Amino acid sequence: MNNDIALRETDLPEGDLEPFRQTLFRHGLSLERGKTTTLQINVGFLCNQTCRHCHLSAGPGRKENMSAKTADAVIAYAERSHFETIDITGGAPELNPNIVTLIEGLSPHAPKLMFRSNLSALNDGKRDHLMNLLKDKRAVIVASFPSLNEAQADSQRGDGIFRKSIDALRNLNGLGYGQQETGLQLDLVCNPTGAFLPAPQEPVTKRFREVLMDKWGIVFNNLFAFANVPLGRFRTWLEEKGNLESYLERLASGFNACAINGLMCRTMVSISWDGTLYDCDFNLARGLHMGKRKTHVSEITGPPSAGSSIAVGDHCYTCTAGAGFT
Amino acid sequence: METYYKPEDLPKFPEIGQQAPELSEKFFDYYNAVFAEGALTEREKSLIALAVAHAVQCPYCIDAFTQGCLEKGSNLEEMTEAVHVVTAIRGGASLVHGVQMRNIAQKLSM
Repeated sequence: MNNDIALRETDLPEGDLEPFRQTLFRHGLSLERGKTTTLQINVGFLCNQTCRHCHLSAGPGRKENMSAKTADAVIAYAERSHFETIDITGGAPELNPNIVTLIEGLSPHAPKLMFRSNLSALNDGKRDHLMNLLKDKRAVIVASFPSLNEAQADSQRGDGIFRKSIDALRNLNGLGYGQQETGLQLDLVCNPTGAFLPAPQEPVTKRFREVLMDKWGIVFNNLFAFANVPLGRFRTWLEEKGNLESYLERLASGFNACAINGLMCRTMVSISWDGTLYDCDFNLARGLHMGKRKTHVSEITGPPSAGSSIAVGDHCYTCTAGAGFT
Repeated sequence: METYYKPEDLPKFPEIGQQAPELSEKFFDYYNAVFAEGALTEREKSLIALAVAHAVQCPYCIDAFTQGCLEKGSNLEEMTEAVHVVTAIRGGASLVHGVQMRNIAQKLSM
């Protein structure tokens, strides 16, 4: 899926849904940047999985992948911008041929490095060097793990992925990840396995901690329960199942004005595989450029200014539903 | 009327308070308090509600608590077991009355 298709997908609100910008206006709110502290880098849409909830429609057939030249431009931007956190995502970032260069080049330029993994790509038997590099750089690993139930997890992520994820988590624990005494942080991301909202974070964290330990001896640090974003392959699935309108209404009806201040887009700049800047990975999926114009990472001197406006669309209801999405 | 039950009627439930607002308020306050976290978790309470919804055969409740169970982190395996629990009790309630039948039959028979 290219950005043009993504734009067409979400041009018009569904049914009687109030446009997100209008909802902000009705609450006397606007969405503007605070201090930008996080650099998120989407290294491409190539992935070994074709998850049904993917807002980027990532998969094995995708050709969009960050080049060495763009990677160098991203590293140079990180060097001149002094972010607090650098967050590497994809697709499956493990599959980018320049991932080692990126990790080595980026890690000196921020106190915290995050690496988002689907677990199966990281633990495919060919990437021990990458696991060890992440450990050496003390990168936080943020791993997708949607459900304690094998059928539910595989229905979202593909047959056999649950077992592969369990194996990967055990290996990461063996390296010291998730173990309190090492300080190597292993966080889980739990997205609903369908057209419903996520479970409340605190009880679900408690339950995952108990079950993962009891059944498989697995430990982790934090769990984040996030709603699925109605873009990309997930939106197609919602349409095919006749769930799109009710799901959007459910997100919109959960609008929480108090969540606005904590939205990740207020403190993040997101760079696409081709070096283009966005306010977040979801705007990237939809093709909504930061500052309403296509800007390459090589063109800017530092973090975006505080007070600059943030591009919004109806997918933004995902991040303002309930407790929010950070 | 094409059908007695329409999914779009479920969100109209609060309208029941228009004619008896005080009673309705008492009911919904109680209802919300029942489902709040207590000695049982919200997830466990939703599973109980889902099971009972099948016993009382309320399509509104089945719709609401299927979604509610999923949103509280339950899975289809757990939800199916919950329905079996209530089925066992409902079936067992019929079967155990067979004792009455046997008592009466034995009294009447030679």
